[in-house]
Formats: sequence, C-alpha cells, structure tokens
Amino acid sequence: MKAAVVQFPGSNCDRDMAVALEKSGADVSVVWHKDAELPAGVDLVAIPGGFSFGDYLRCGAIAANSPICRSVVAHAERGGYVLGVCNGFQVLTETGLLPGALLRNAGLKYICKTVGLKVETSNSGYTEGYNAGAEIGVPIAHHDGNYFADEDVIARLQGDDRVAFTYTDNPNGSRADIAGILSENRRVLGMMPHPERAFEEAHGNTDGQRLFAGLMGQLTSA
Amino acid sequence: MKARVHVMLKNGVLDPQGAAVQHALGALGFDGVEGVRQGKVIELDLAEGATEAQVGEMCEKLLANTVIESYRIEVL
Repeated sequence: MKAAVVQFPGSNCDRDMAVALEKSGADVSVVWHKDAELPAGVDLVAIPGGFSFGDYLRCGAIAANSPICRSVVAHAERGGYVLGVCNGFQVLTETGLLPGALLRNAGLKYICKTVGLKVETSNSGYTEGYNAGAEIGVPIAHHDGNYFADEDVIARLQGDDRVAFTYTDNPNGSRADIAGILSENRRVLGMMPHPERAFEEAHGNTDGQRLFAGLMGQLTSA
Repeated sequence: MKARVHVMLKNGVLDPQGAAVQHALGALGFDGVEGVRQGKVIELDLAEGATEAQVGEMCEKLLANTVIESYRIEVL
C-alpha cells in the first residue's frame, strides 16, 4: 500500500502520521504543498494535523488552495482514499471534499486531552476494524474543532451512515457530537481526534491502531 | 481600486467569540448590549481594471467560507 503524507508550512503531526502508516506496513512518501503531483500509484493521501499557514484567514483555508490540494481533490474524485486528521479535517472541509466546517470550540479554549469516541459505523475501510458502537479513547488537540453543518446536512450524514465517530462527552460544541465523517463513497475520512497519537504502547493507548490496520487490509487486498 | 470585504458568520452559526466579548462588556458595566457578532474586514488594493465581480470570485474561492460565513463587498 502506497501512502503520501502532505506537508504544509505549519504541519506538525506529519511525522507521527508517517510513522503510524509505516509501522502499519505502508510505503510512505512525504509530499510538499508546492508539489503539483502526488507520487504515482498512491492509494492513500493523509493530511496531517498542525497549523497550516498559521491558521491565517481560516483554519485550512490557504492549504486547501495550495497546488498539492488540487491533486488531492483529483485523487479523491478518482475514488482514492484520503484521511484528514485535525487540521487535515479542516483542510478537507475547505476543499469541499467533506461537507460542513469546523468552528472555534464553543468554550473558546484550546483543548488537548484524550476523549471518548463512539465508533458509529464499521462500514468503511477506516472503521472496519472496530465494532459499531465500540467506545475508544483518542487524543484531541485543537482550538477549532466545533463541527458545524446545517440541519439538512447533519440529517443526510446520519441517514447515510456517514458519521464515523461521535464524542461520548462533547468537548467542543460539535453538532450531533460529531468527531469524524465520511464522504459519500466512504473513502474520505475527516476526524478531529488523532488516531496516530494512540498508536503504540509508548503512547499509553493503542486504540487508534485498528484504524490504520483496517485501512491497510482494505488497500492491500484491493 | 480599493475594496473592503466584510466577512461575518451567518445568522444561526454560533459565535462564541462574540458571546465572550458581550460578556466582557457586561462585566465592564456596559448594560444593554444585547448581542455581539465578531467578523473580519479585509482590504484589497487592486490594479486598475479590477472589477467588483472579481472580488466576488475571490470571496467565493478564498476570503469567505460560504458554508458558515457571509460577505459584503464595499468598493472604495
């Protein structure tokens, strides 16, 4: 499985993401935001957490308009897998690959802690390693993670089983407790919590490991 | 040409920063502030020949996220 991790000025979880993917067995390359093309044959593009372009204008807005993101959108439109974590989720909503937007946390504070998540669906390459309804702990670290979409969009996400994860105790005001959502074809996942930070024993929590393992299974058998 | 773009969160989108400012004004003794919405102002210096329609396109593509924000263009 070939994966590419996109690096913007201000990304800071790019290495953690690359390590989690490598340790899961992927052949990982890191691509710079000014690159216009993804490496040939990439199965998965991961957009890591951080503060791309200093969060200027809006979180993810400038990154979403960078040269590499045009290729990422084309990759997703061809049916490729794209995982966006934290700032990566913000970038994916700004590109329009995922609906809605991430607003400032309702309590206005930056929150960095492990939160409880409920796996809402096991029907995706990302979540097939979990049982639907399972509760896991994954760290969040964000200031703008308050998921917002209008009621119609929320109803559609829920009706189409596209909510991947919800918070068990909503930390940031997200509508319908949403922590992560899938695209219509279920191959693009955006989530605020960091599965790559709950990956190995040294993290004190390996609940994120199955997300990468599931993905690997999906993409190596394909 | 100069243009000024006003970007505001849409009605119905929670503005926690505006709410915090409202609270702080109350704490300073300013009674009767019934609502505060915080937005941003972006000033553009544009080459001759630029049009308001182009500024509109800039708003749609980058300056505002129309999922959550509305914008107003003022040509100066």
